[in-house]
Amino acid sequence: MDLNTVVEIRDARHPAPWLPGDAWLGGGTYLFSEPQPRLRRLVDLSRTGWTPVEPLPDGSLEIAATCTIAQLSRFARASARTAAPLFEQCCRAFLASFKIWNMATVGGNVCNALPAGPMISLMAALDGECLLIAQDGSRRRVPVASFVTGAGRKDLAAGELLRSVTLPARALDRRTAFRQASLYGLGRSGVLVIGTLDPLDGSLAITVTASTVRPVRLRFPHPPTAAELRSAICSAVAEGEWFDDLHGLPEWRRHMTLRYAEEIRREVTR
Amino acid sequence: MRIEVNGRTHEEDPRPGQCLRTYLRERGWFGVKKGCDAGDCGACTVHVDGEPVHSCLYPAFRADGRAVTTVEGLASPDGELHPVQRRFLDAQGFQCGFCTAGYLMTTAALDREQLADLPRAFKGNLCRCTGYRAIEDAVRGVRHVESPEAGESVGRNLPAPAGPQVVTGTARYTFDIDVPGLLHMKLLRSPHAHARIAAIDTAAALRVPGVHAVFTHHDAPERHFSTARHEHPEEDPDDTRVLDDTVRYIGQRVAAVVADSEAAAEEGCRRVEVTYDVLPAVLDPEEAMRPGAPVVHDKDATTARIARPRDNVVGEAHGEIGDVEAGFAQADAVYEATFRTQRVQHASLETHGAVAWFDEDGRLTVRTSSQTPFLTRRALCALYGLPAEKVRVVAGRVGGGFGGKQEMLVEDVVALAVLRLRRPVKLEYTRAEQFHGATTRHPFTVRVKAGARRDGTLTALQLRVVANTGAYGNHGPAVMFHSVGESMAVYRAPHKKVDAYSVYTHTVPAGAFRGYGLGQVMFAVESAFDELARRLGLDPLEFKARNVIGSGEPMVTPGGHEEDLHIASYGLDQCIGIVRRAQARYADERAPDGWLVGEGAALAMIATGPPGGHIADARARLLSDGTFELSVGTAEFGNGTTTVHRQIAAGELACTVDRITVRQSDTDVVPHDTGAFASTGVVVAGKATLRASRALADLLLDFAAAHLRVPRADCRLADEAVLHPGGRLPLKELYASARAVGVECAADGHFGGTPRSVAFNAQWFRLAVDPGTGEIRILRSVHAADAGTVMNPMQCRGQVEGGVAQALGATLFENVRIDARGEVETAAFRRYRLPQYADIPRTEVHFMETTDAIGPLGAKSMSESPFNPVAPAFANALRDATGVRFTELPLTRDRVWLGLRDAGVAEGT
Repeated sequence: MDLNTVVEIRDARHPAPWLPGDAWLGGGTYLFSEPQPRLRRLVDLSRTGWTPVEPLPDGSLEIAATCTIAQLSRFARASARTAAPLFEQCCRAFLASFKIWNMATVGGNVCNALPAGPMISLMAALDGECLLIAQDGSRRRVPVASFVTGAGRKDLAAGELLRSVTLPARALDRRTAFRQASLYGLGRSGVLVIGTLDPLDGSLAITVTASTVRPVRLRFPHPPTAAELRSAICSAVAEGEWFDDLHGLPEWRRHMTLRYAEEIRREVTR
Repeated sequence: MRIEVNGRTHEEDPRPGQCLRTYLRERGWFGVKKGCDAGDCGACTVHVDGEPVHSCLYPAFRADGRAVTTVEGLASPDGELHPVQRRFLDAQGFQCGFCTAGYLMTTAALDREQLADLPRAFKGNLCRCTGYRAIEDAVRGVRHVESPEAGESVGRNLPAPAGPQVVTGTARYTFDIDVPGLLHMKLLRSPHAHARIAAIDTAAALRVPGVHAVFTHHDAPERHFSTARHEHPEEDPDDTRVLDDTVRYIGQRVAAVVADSEAAAEEGCRRVEVTYDVLPAVLDPEEAMRPGAPVVHDKDATTARIARPRDNVVGEAHGEIGDVEAGFAQADAVYEATFRTQRVQHASLETHGAVAWFDEDGRLTVRTSSQTPFLTRRALCALYGLPAEKVRVVAGRVGGGFGGKQEMLVEDVVALAVLRLRRPVKLEYTRAEQFHGATTRHPFTVRVKAGARRDGTLTALQLRVVANTGAYGNHGPAVMFHSVGESMAVYRAPHKKVDAYSVYTHTVPAGAFRGYGLGQVMFAVESAFDELARRLGLDPLEFKARNVIGSGEPMVTPGGHEEDLHIASYGLDQCIGIVRRAQARYADERAPDGWLVGEGAALAMIATGPPGGHIADARARLLSDGTFELSVGTAEFGNGTTTVHRQIAAGELACTVDRITVRQSDTDVVPHDTGAFASTGVVVAGKATLRASRALADLLLDFAAAHLRVPRADCRLADEAVLHPGGRLPLKELYASARAVGVECAADGHFGGTPRSVAFNAQWFRLAVDPGTGEIRILRSVHAADAGTVMNPMQCRGQVEGGVAQALGATLFENVRIDARGEVETAAFRRYRLPQYADIPRTEVHFMETTDAIGPLGAKSMSESPFNPVAPAFANALRDATGVRFTELPLTRDRVWLGLRDAGVAEGT
């Protein structure tokens, strides 16, 4: 929709002091989908020229904030890395259609910090690390799993920019399992659980998103028993912490999370 | 800036925050539609450099240097349709057509892999009308349309006359016109569920550059009216003002700002300073009826036509025939339970809105997205004291209605602005406003008690019905009365009793919605009888078959019998037969291991028109070129009546449908038309068309016989001529001869909508449930429809499929949620789930073989009624599968799982 209070589009390549009412413009698929009466200027990231997906020499991947979902999907389909199928599974977990994939960006989904943000699920499960650049040019790195602190809340200062997310090589070599539940067929995630098994040391990580307000990561040096897994999840997420919104009752989300975590445990340790 | 659109270059800079959708529409590319403006519905899909995108999300400035293709550019420059356009015509893959451009542009961009997975490929496209089968057929290249010979079009699959315009993006919907000097209106809405406006200061708003006026309750007529539109306005309570000094729900309009642009009007709304005296609010209808509850309308009962204003009861019905207590005493089993249905939104893809101006003759002209142009004119005249000849109301092609547009929600305030400013003004709702500031289906609570003897004879039926009509009474009493009509009359029981209430609360108003209350009560009754049969150890369908009324029986409700309602054709026995065959044929459908399988059915009856009369005028005219013009009042919003009207006229005038041009939904073209609601488009307006066409045919034959001096009996219409023993008199010549002697070859037809008949429906599902997750899969869906003579099987099938799909949405997940303050929480399609392609199974549709003695050419209505049996059939199948009776909609996976767990059917974790 038209954002009628916006008076200027700025090019992110030409820095200028950050003002109240400024916002980074990635794909625009969130910003243009709701009224934004407080916005005055959009700082356009589309001309930055950042390489969407950059394989680094150490085997890790740096994914630019401006990488579109379509670009990420295409990259992963052509990739032979063990964890590659998880990329497409998470892309498909979007409520949005393939047409939105042509515009929506990885950075936008991460910065929206919604429980159902599937790029958060993907990047958190693969130990992704955000590279953040402040207005004064200083840089810091924060794990995706702790970057998102609540439903719609994130560790991002005013004017700070998410430049990219880096996925370490070792995470990309893990076996993965994916489960998603929605109240509807092909609908918005109410529960999204990812398991990764590290072939080097046999450790298992379970990442719970969508059913919780922020990503919950559980690491087990060795695959746990069903009871251990269940108890670990129940102590990591207190009774009142299951997400309660119109995409699923908390009790169902808890049930589905435990059910899927167990299915995943069996699948990856088979 | 340089954007190439369909080969034309646009060099104007967009506004900084403008999206591509409005940039294109402002340049006349009206094929690009606004369904949601939020990236959810896909109606605005265009290609940018060949890639499909939702143009409502696409920042317009990014299109610089790119080539954009809209639906207008899909065909080749010489007009040769794109194959996808051709296929959507061949399969008639649309009804209202508002979503069609988006489907065409999306389909044209699908690769082979995507074509193999349409549920996923169409995640970003919503259609509210079709139920998606027709869209699948279009994509797959299935051809349904026929081109019958002259005079043989009734009963055949004629395509919609507007099809070529729909698929090329040239059909003109409400806002698809360019009005020079147009001003834009935006509404400031209440943030409080109940408050008095103590003060309202518009000075700052008026200082916003571009703002022309701000209207508040000080500018509005004192007069109260009802937004509901009926032939007899006294059916509805007069409780609404154009702008009120009291607000009664979050979202009620407080002020209207008119400006040069929507942006300035929005800014003006933000600058209006309102001081509210916040008052206590009541959101629940049971609480609202208790003593001491906040009063929603402290008005005079007689003047406002509110049953008991102090008790928040706007309308009520009480009646008993026989003695239900005696009936329950005679029963071997009595079942009693409370059923609840939720708020549902119509979600027509075209939002509400109107654009109005003074024409050159000084007439107020209102172009609006309405099902009732004539009644809206009547209401505007009453409100502003204008004579009918000074007001013209027109509907273009309307992008879906479903009852939501049997209401005057925008025209009143737009007219106010035009009358004051003498400038053209437009108000177009946003999708969020559709949820906050339009109407919903009525949420119902139904306490049902039913008793039967061991042999399966129903002894007594008692209902207590509470309908939450929200802050305004509009359709409240009428929906409440209708809800306990056919739903109680279709079953024979010596003892029946009803107590029904339509209750005010401080929530968004409910209004007319497909089924008009019947579906909510049928959910309770059809579920309860299913349960009662099971308790008696009887087959639920046998039990119902035993107790439904037969063709010769009276239709009795606790309120008595409606004089003008008749069973003028009876297909309910055939409907039950269809269900029995489906039960047998699909008995062994498989489901995954661990899933529970069950089947269930429900029946429905509906009157083929509203009580109290429903008027339609039609005029058929021979034109100088030998073709015909048919003028009707009824609006076209995907209901397909225009197609059927042409078929009826073509049948009477012995020509092909392309010889008939239809003018419609314009108060200038016929004297009156009550409107396209209550399923009357074919049975009432169609009857007027039939009469006009038949009268014209008679007139032509009379004239020809006299003119040729041959016996009238030897003349007949055929081949664009009157055939007679001496040869043929072409209609063109007949026209000229008639004109020469001052005879106008035109005839009128009229129907008053009474007497009325009844139509029947039955729905059957076989489904599977995963008790571990609450997921339900529909294995089979079969629908039996008794529509009398089916005028156009392809189109009627579409109405049934669309009704079933819409009802499945209401059964499975649609829910307008209201928070503790009374605010709608689900004001976008990403929060209010509409059925998507992936959600809707194919439904086998069967038509019964009946011919109605009242309807035109034996036809009955079939637009609302397919909706009604769906939810109870589904719940009955779920009961059959799991042993658990679900009494509250919607049946989302989380609730189903929880219900099964609580009943011990599913394991908890």
